[in-house]
Amino acid sequence: MSLKIIVLAKQVPDTRNVGKDAMKADGTVNRAALPAIFNPEDLNALEQALRLKDEFPGSTVTLLTMGPPRAADIIREGLFRGADNGYLLTDRVFAGADTLATSYALHEAIKKIGKFDLIISGRQAIDGDTAQVGPQVAEKLGISQITYAEEIRSVKDGKITVKRRLERGVEIVEGKLPLLVTVNSSAPNCRPRNARLIQQYKYAKTASERQTDSNDYVNICNTRACINLEEWSAADVNADPKQCGLSGSPTKVKKVENVVFQTKESKAIDSSDRQIEDLIIELITNHTIG
Amino acid sequence: MSNFYLDNPSLRHHLHHPLMRRIVELKERNYTEAEQYDYAPFDFEDAMDSYEKVMEIAGDVIGEIVAPNAEEVDHTGPSVVNNRVLYAPGTVENLKATTQAGLMGLSMPRRYNGLNFPMVTFIMASDMAARADAGFCNLWALQDCAETLYEFGDEAQRQQFIPRVCAGATMSMDLTEPDAGSDLQAVMLRATYDEANDCWRLNGVKRFITNGDSDIHLVLARSEEGTKDGRGLSMLIYDKRDGGVNVRRIENKMGIKGSPTCELTYKNAKAQLCGSRRLGLIKYVMSLMNGARLGIMAQATGLSDAAYREAIAYARDRKQFGKAIIEFPAVYEMISTIKAKLDASRTILYETSRFVDIYKILEDIERERKLDETEKAELKKYKKLADAFTPLGKAMNTEYANQNTYDCIQIHGGSGFMKDYPCERYYRDARITNIYEGTTQLQVVAAIRHVLTGTYLSQMKAYQEEQLNPELDGLKIRLARLVEIYEQLVPKVADTKDNEYIDFQARRLVESAGHIILGYLLLSDADRNPELFKRSAEVYINYGEAEVRKIRDFIEGFNIENLGYYKQV
Repeated sequence: MSLKIIVLAKQVPDTRNVGKDAMKADGTVNRAALPAIFNPEDLNALEQALRLKDEFPGSTVTLLTMGPPRAADIIREGLFRGADNGYLLTDRVFAGADTLATSYALHEAIKKIGKFDLIISGRQAIDGDTAQVGPQVAEKLGISQITYAEEIRSVKDGKITVKRRLERGVEIVEGKLPLLVTVNSSAPNCRPRNARLIQQYKYAKTASERQTDSNDYVNICNTRACINLEEWSAADVNADPKQCGLSGSPTKVKKVENVVFQTKESKAIDSSDRQIEDLIIELITNHTIG
Repeated sequence: MSNFYLDNPSLRHHLHHPLMRRIVELKERNYTEAEQYDYAPFDFEDAMDSYEKVMEIAGDVIGEIVAPNAEEVDHTGPSVVNNRVLYAPGTVENLKATTQAGLMGLSMPRRYNGLNFPMVTFIMASDMAARADAGFCNLWALQDCAETLYEFGDEAQRQQFIPRVCAGATMSMDLTEPDAGSDLQAVMLRATYDEANDCWRLNGVKRFITNGDSDIHLVLARSEEGTKDGRGLSMLIYDKRDGGVNVRRIENKMGIKGSPTCELTYKNAKAQLCGSRRLGLIKYVMSLMNGARLGIMAQATGLSDAAYREAIAYARDRKQFGKAIIEFPAVYEMISTIKAKLDASRTILYETSRFVDIYKILEDIERERKLDETEKAELKKYKKLADAFTPLGKAMNTEYANQNTYDCIQIHGGSGFMKDYPCERYYRDARITNIYEGTTQLQVVAAIRHVLTGTYLSQMKAYQEEQLNPELDGLKIRLARLVEIYEQLVPKVADTKDNEYIDFQARRLVESAGHIILGYLLLSDADRNPELFKRSAEVYINYGEAEVRKIRDFIEGFNIENLGYYKQV
């Protein structure tokens, strides 16, 4: 048995260091001001996909990402770790998309990719923390979804068994393929980049990157087909421009700010078990930890 | 985020040594594989870029996975269940990560799924691995056994085993026995030919076998019945899938606890002969050991690096008498000396690796075609240098790793004696490095030949000829004076023609050569990268100069008649 797996991944600003210029005047995130990284839970999702590929040889893992041209980094990063190919959905029309417009564009792209058995994505992206895109994509495609997955236990006879990590415990559920799974950060970390794959794909470029790049090795794309990265516009995936980007987004962001926990007063506790326990409970209650 | 390559600029410095251009050109056969393999480099810059990227991957895996696991692995260690070794959970995770990162079979040719990387990069990854977990470094570095399998095995054996190593199969070299340690000629394990099944059968016991429950073993065994010395020994390949070798027990060791040291029993174990009969010890194991010694040099260097980082971090942090202890001369001198010995260790490590690279690649090319006269001379030159530098570097670096980890504890004071800091682990781990793969005393036996035949001297002179920044002239002149001292000392000992006396003074002569050569190499590093190495060059040459003079005083003042005072019976 081999599976066709699509992994949804997003390039996100590294929100661990939010500065003053983190938001643009229109209320969207200023991506230029923050280092761009592979959304952490999408890496957990990629690992689940790669494990299935290890288990079922012949399976393919296809990355799909939407973003500005530099989001091609996400495809390359996925290829370095074992994905087979990827599509970058990029177009000015997509700019400023909220979760609705994003899931609309992604589902159109998935229709264009064609038949699949499984879509896996991270639970949520660290820039918006909405956890909506995965579920919305499943709805638009009319397939079932399993959220908060920690582990894909098995895939057998057209059925998938998944362990979900919930607030107060775990749940083992079964679903029928094709289906969409969103993965939690409690799932295993993604495997490292691979030494051979990084050599194979280090020059992988999209058509627009090749136009602007002065690298001497650009012309090797003509001899090594595998390093031509596919890039799709809204028109390529037959997306209705009205439903894309800002015009397709009912959500309006009011403000982005960096919330810093500040200690207003200090408090002394001794080392007794009682006091330590009280402190832990307090920290959990006010969400400092946990 | 911790990356053991990116946080260590001296690695990048050594990776980009001028000799790399020649090494890569040879290794890549003038970049002809680019057409055949979509991950082979097009040119030198492309290859170097790939090495950089792969070292970054290794640095990431080692910094993010191996290093955080090290303490747990040291505490838990492996165990034996039903005659099989179970690694500590952290070790299993480390092996999985390095395999997934494609770092196994780094130096093997692409046709066996290797990366065809030079020895320099393999050694660099070992250097990083040892800084994180010296015990794990062993399991990782044993992949180098594939090098021996490649060199001496036949094509069918290469195809059978090397791709498995590249896919993560582990290896071991089964050499020592209860009565055959430093003296491997005494190996007793029996290899008999089983005509009915057209294979060899192994029977006997091996002891102190690192990673002895590995997937693929290279075994030294007595194939010639009735023989007593090294000429009756052959090398055989045992595949764990065939069964017949059990782990009786593992040793409870002082250090490198994550690396299982096994006692093995062979009961009619099926094996294949590797190479020719009778050449097992004389040729193959010698080659295997040279590779392993280079690996231990890397292990020692990584340990020195760990000790240096731990020492300086503690000394900056720890306050006594109102200031950080690093401000006290007694402490900062120790730290700068650790750093100088570390940089000196690393520079001979990579110099030796480059020598090994050039001659091994040329030997490999010789299997494909005839070498021209220049290439033949090149092979001869670098093989000799590799032979000379391997025991010298192994002796110097492993002794320095011991000294550095010792001083690291000293800097920590009482805290260093507690299990709370990793320095006690480094100290325990370092202790084996100057023992296994040949004790320092045995390295001296190999190195003294090159003292007496002048290999070291002519290399010192070659270094002296190099054009360096005039700012370094002062140090260079001092090294030249040390060479003069060395030139006087060697005949003073050798001319006695008294072998026992030469053996008695051998270590001192070898160490003198070491101090001078390490000094020159650091000078060359300081020339290419003064910011990184100028201080260490100064500190090391001060140290080495005093050591060489001390040795001169001892040898010049020594009356050969007094050797008797040292004989303890």
